[in-house]
Amino acid sequence: MGSFTSKVLGVGAAVIIVGVLIGLYVADWATSFPPTVAATSAPAAVGGASLTLQTDAAVGQKLSPAHPDWVSYVVRSKGQWIRSTIYQVPAYSVVHVTIYQFDSPTGLRNPFLSQVQGTIGGTMTVDGRTVNSINPEEASHTFAVPEMGVFVPLPGVPEEAKNACEEGPCEPSTQAHRTITFSFRTGKKGRYRWQCFVPCGAGYLFGNGGPMQTLGYMGGFIDVV
Amino acid sequence: MSAPKQTEMSEPNHARRFTILWLVACLIGVPIVIWVIGPELGPGTGTDQAAGQSTDATVLSAVATPVFLLVVVYLVYAVIFFRQPSDGALEGPAVRGDAKIQTTWIAVTSAIVLAVAIFGTVRLEGASGAGSGSGPNPLTVPSGPRLPVQVIAQQWAFTYRYPTYGGVETPHLVLPVNTTIELNVTSLDVIHSFWAYQLGVKADANPGVNNVAFVKPTRIMGFEVRCAELCGIWHGAMFDPHGKVVSVPAFKAWITAARVAYAPATAVLPPYSKTYLPEPTRRGG
Repeated sequence: MGSFTSKVLGVGAAVIIVGVLIGLYVADWATSFPPTVAATSAPAAVGGASLTLQTDAAVGQKLSPAHPDWVSYVVRSKGQWIRSTIYQVPAYSVVHVTIYQFDSPTGLRNPFLSQVQGTIGGTMTVDGRTVNSINPEEASHTFAVPEMGVFVPLPGVPEEAKNACEEGPCEPSTQAHRTITFSFRTGKKGRYRWQCFVPCGAGYLFGNGGPMQTLGYMGGFIDVV
Repeated sequence: MSAPKQTEMSEPNHARRFTILWLVACLIGVPIVIWVIGPELGPGTGTDQAAGQSTDATVLSAVATPVFLLVVVYLVYAVIFFRQPSDGALEGPAVRGDAKIQTTWIAVTSAIVLAVAIFGTVRLEGASGAGSGSGPNPLTVPSGPRLPVQVIAQQWAFTYRYPTYGGVETPHLVLPVNTTIELNVTSLDVIHSFWAYQLGVKADANPGVNNVAFVKPTRIMGFEVRCAELCGIWHGAMFDPHGKVVSVPAFKAWITAARVAYAPATAVLPPYSKTYLPEPTRRGG
């Protein structure tokens, strides 16, 4: 076999190997969804399903080795905090959501979203107090499912708060946070997008890059089953 | 001794035969385009603008049909009648340029393209030409009263503000029938595009720009709103199927209820403005 033929075969083999590796990488990237976390059954007296979430200013090395400094939602599953934004809830039922909000305020780009919408009673509780809106400048994040008409603004922890959480998963029993609760009704089965409407992606253009544009941090799906 | 008589195969008059075939095809095809296909062309008749666009699409298709048929009929004709016979040993004679045909072709097609361009431009800028929005200073403004409605795009939802009703903002677009609407389209962040297909309106939503488009709904109906500009991870979900055109009394009842329902949000909204450029606050930037 001549040297030219060897070179051609070598280059061809290298091209094939590189192509396969790129294909595998893209396939892995395109299909790597966070795990789906099912809502738990709420107590019988209340009925429906429950979701317990937290929002962290920096999700931390443990939950996101690739982006430990990204802001993120985290969900409680089987006694553990895990990073996922795909939640499964039952159709035609009430979902009770508790969010421990550990992040500081960023402010809403559109103050319209400072009003609670689409929840039962059009309200939420913040640290036990029932409210129907917040100061848009105090918003840290939102939990919004536009297709369901659900918009819930989450007020931030004051900048000067003691015991602020530096890295997730944060601990509600010891670290400064706001506790937000609300309930909403689900309808027919389907996959519904939810997202944060606060431009909270630090260091990205208009705050809407990075964690705001990546599934598994500040947006995901509500799977109604 | 007289020379032997040469017998030649008599060629038919291809030009005349082809012209007749083409005319027959046009007589069949153009009416089909106008009366059968035309009514099925979008976006429908729900607004003056949508109806105008349907008419425009029908006119353009009808104009294009003879040209399309000219090419197709010629191809079919050539395949059938200029085919080399199976026992033919030679290829046909080379066809050289024909100044008359070439000049005619260029002149006719240029005239058609120019006419179509002028027709489209006039229709786009005409009284019922919602088109793609005309920027902050439209060349043509419909006469009579108009209801201003602001379309605010953001990653990733549209919201709507009604400046003549206390500046209330709503998550869905509701419009009164038989009313000229002045849509003021803008964005709070990146480039979006407001597209309400059934209304016949598609207008770019650019940050810091007020893009004006007009629409006059003529019947009660539902419509969809979607973003037509790739704007990030949830671009595909920037879709709202709950747009409505309702009667004037129903609109007044709805906007009255909306002003009550969204009073907490209205209280903290900035004063109505044609554009908003909210500064990236503590985090973004």
